[in-house]
Amino acid sequence: MKLRDKWIKGAICFCAFFCVAVLIWLILYIVINGIPSLNREFFQSLIPSVASTLAIIGMTLVFSVPIGIMCAIYLTEYAKSSKIVKAISFAVDSLSGIPSILYGLFGMTMFVTVLNFKWSLLSGSLTLAIMILPVIIRVCQESLITVPTEYKEGSFAMGATKLKTLVKIVLPCTSRGIVTAIILSIGRIVGETAAVYLTAGMVNRVPESIMDSGRTLSVHLYMLAKEAISFEQAFGTATVLIVIILIVNTATNLIVREKK
Amino acid sequence: MKRKLTKLFEFSIEKLFLLSAVFCILALGTILIFVFYKGAPVIGKIGFLEFITGTIWQPQAEIFGILPMIVSSVYITLGTMVLAIPIGVLTAVYLSYLAPKKLAVFLRRSIDILASIPSVVYGFFGLMTIVPMIDKYLAKGTGGNGMLAAILILTIMVLPTIISVSETSLRSVSNSYREASLALGATEITTIFKVMVPAAKSGIFSSVILGVGRVLGEAMAVILVSGNAVQMPSSILSRVRTLSANCALEMGYAEGMHNEALYATGVILFGFIILLNILMYIVKTRSERKG
Amino acid sequence: MAKIEFQVEHLNLYYDKFHALHDLTLDIYQNEITALIGPSGCGKSTFIKTLNRMNDLVEGCKIDGTIKLNNVDIYKDYDIIDLRKKVGMVFQKPNPFPMSVYDNIAYGPRIHGIKKKAQLDDIVEEALTKAFIWDEVKDRLKKSALALSGGQQQRLCIARALSISPEVVLMDEPTSALDPLSTLKIEDLVLELKKDYTIVMVTHNMQQAGRVSDYTAFFLNGDIVEYDRTSKIFEFPQDKRTEDYITGRFG
Repeated sequence: MKLRDKWIKGAICFCAFFCVAVLIWLILYIVINGIPSLNREFFQSLIPSVASTLAIIGMTLVFSVPIGIMCAIYLTEYAKSSKIVKAISFAVDSLSGIPSILYGLFGMTMFVTVLNFKWSLLSGSLTLAIMILPVIIRVCQESLITVPTEYKEGSFAMGATKLKTLVKIVLPCTSRGIVTAIILSIGRIVGETAAVYLTAGMVNRVPESIMDSGRTLSVHLYMLAKEAISFEQAFGTATVLIVIILIVNTATNLIVREKK
Repeated sequence: MKRKLTKLFEFSIEKLFLLSAVFCILALGTILIFVFYKGAPVIGKIGFLEFITGTIWQPQAEIFGILPMIVSSVYITLGTMVLAIPIGVLTAVYLSYLAPKKLAVFLRRSIDILASIPSVVYGFFGLMTIVPMIDKYLAKGTGGNGMLAAILILTIMVLPTIISVSETSLRSVSNSYREASLALGATEITTIFKVMVPAAKSGIFSSVILGVGRVLGEAMAVILVSGNAVQMPSSILSRVRTLSANCALEMGYAEGMHNEALYATGVILFGFIILLNILMYIVKTRSERKG
Repeated sequence: MAKIEFQVEHLNLYYDKFHALHDLTLDIYQNEITALIGPSGCGKSTFIKTLNRMNDLVEGCKIDGTIKLNNVDIYKDYDIIDLRKKVGMVFQKPNPFPMSVYDNIAYGPRIHGIKKKAQLDDIVEEALTKAFIWDEVKDRLKKSALALSGGQQQRLCIARALSISPEVVLMDEPTSALDPLSTLKIEDLVLELKKDYTIVMVTHNMQQAGRVSDYTAFFLNGDIVEYDRTSKIFEFPQDKRTEDYITGRFG
């Protein structure tokens, strides 16, 4: 009886540490192989993809964050009929369950072809904006829910309108949630390949306008590896991506921890 | 007058918020319509049954059969789940009941990082490590890229999803069940597997559905390690192409009917995803009804 | 005088730095009902949990002194599983498992190795009968236990504790979450169970202690102020603080 328990406990510990071992292996392997290629020349070759990545992050957030926040506000503060809330929640859940490759297919017809934006940063970020909407809505909603009703009642009791209360009381309380949502979104945008690849194209030049095609870091890594162009550069690019992800992760942790 | 203006302003802002919320429904609808609109006609032309049971994919000859991709996708998903469910659920058990507090914090942080590493990095990592290993030890110099490599990489990729969703549901199981079971003389392990895990089963099931969605939908990481040949898998080392990989691989140069056939592949993938969503919805409402 | 079931000597309990129980010494008698009373936070619940070592689950909890069950030290010479088989427990809030009525009762015997259907059937019926709930649930054994009323759930939990034939049943405020009628039913049940089991019961309800118990211990700030036959405690309390508490002057 006890012996059996010991075996099972051993198996459980093994599984938990397996996950950590894989993580450490992956990070060390990539970084150790990537460091030698991190020289001046490499960083210069990375400028176009860094520029495209930054542009896409910025544009995607501009499209997505306002809609996401307003949707979250509607769901938590305004919606009265539970039917609408249910329908919207269902839509948000479904959106988050759609694989990115299907977003890519959609963006390719809708933005690239029908609206004739061609393969461009604009098409890419519009597609991504819809894709990350569920993340922004859910995170903002969670943080809106935690604002105590007493604060709102206090404000109403002073004769403030709903909107004033929202702007002066509720939103300041949720600023951390909004920042968390933005950081998480940045992580997703940086990491996305399939959807960007099909909508923003893969031209490796510094984009001059939002109608130019551009290749993000992840797409760059994909091209380097898929076409076996240069594994050295691929290791370097993967290292850069991992560093970005670690920074994003630490930032989220800091914000969430400070909140507690 | 001023009061009226304020009221009007408040009213229009509220409607703006409503509009943003409805935007999600519109977006979902538009995505569905566009993908189906582009992909459905060609399915009609080829014939639904022929499309999904055809085993030959030759775009030049306008022969489009995707059975090998459906089968490969299903096999890869099953294989991944066989590995990922036990590892994921046991890790969730460790995190929620057995791990010392500080260690649990460290583990959770690691799993968060695992969750946010881009899929293409996983694919590249698999290409450089797992594929050569399979080549050396199992495939004996015939390549190493194939179903097994895809399964191993996807297992690592879905673990964070399964772990974090299962852990949340395990932690929400009332501690009084644990006390009652221990007071009856049950061991810690018996308590966990006979009482706590069964009580959290709907959450664990959701985590599995989410994981299946991720595996089915992943394209780039799979493309890098699975070999991409359109053929019925004959062994776990076979080179295969999944539905999602197909959408991404040929999109760059596909024209006309070929292009539409890729969308049609997307339609079938969408079908699977919708099925999963319905399943999820059933699980959710069931567990809600139970209270 | 009755046989001694538990012999507690110089028991001290600490949660990290906090000294929760101070040098307790008392005997608990077999086939009697012992009530533990006192204001919240006085240590009565902590004390009852030392008797089946549920405090082992609390991080930072340390114990010294001895507790003997039938002259065997439960912290040194007992396997924790054997101890808990002998000393069952019923909790403050009814906590049936989210399973069927039958599986709730069969859980205990099953984990201790009883597999035969017929034997399990007998145990389930016997335990439910002893807990005065058989007639109410015999037609819904396969239904979820969570559908029962609060009072029924608590009797189910008592039946669950009886399913592994313990010697002692510990009850931690078993009626505090119940309505008055359900409370009376449980009190009747406890009086009936006394024939076969030793019962230790925490209660904040003075009337309940007076109605059902044979012995009463009055706890205050981690000390036992007074411990004697219930009739004596209630009629001739020796200590001023006991008198104040049972006449309702504080707590």
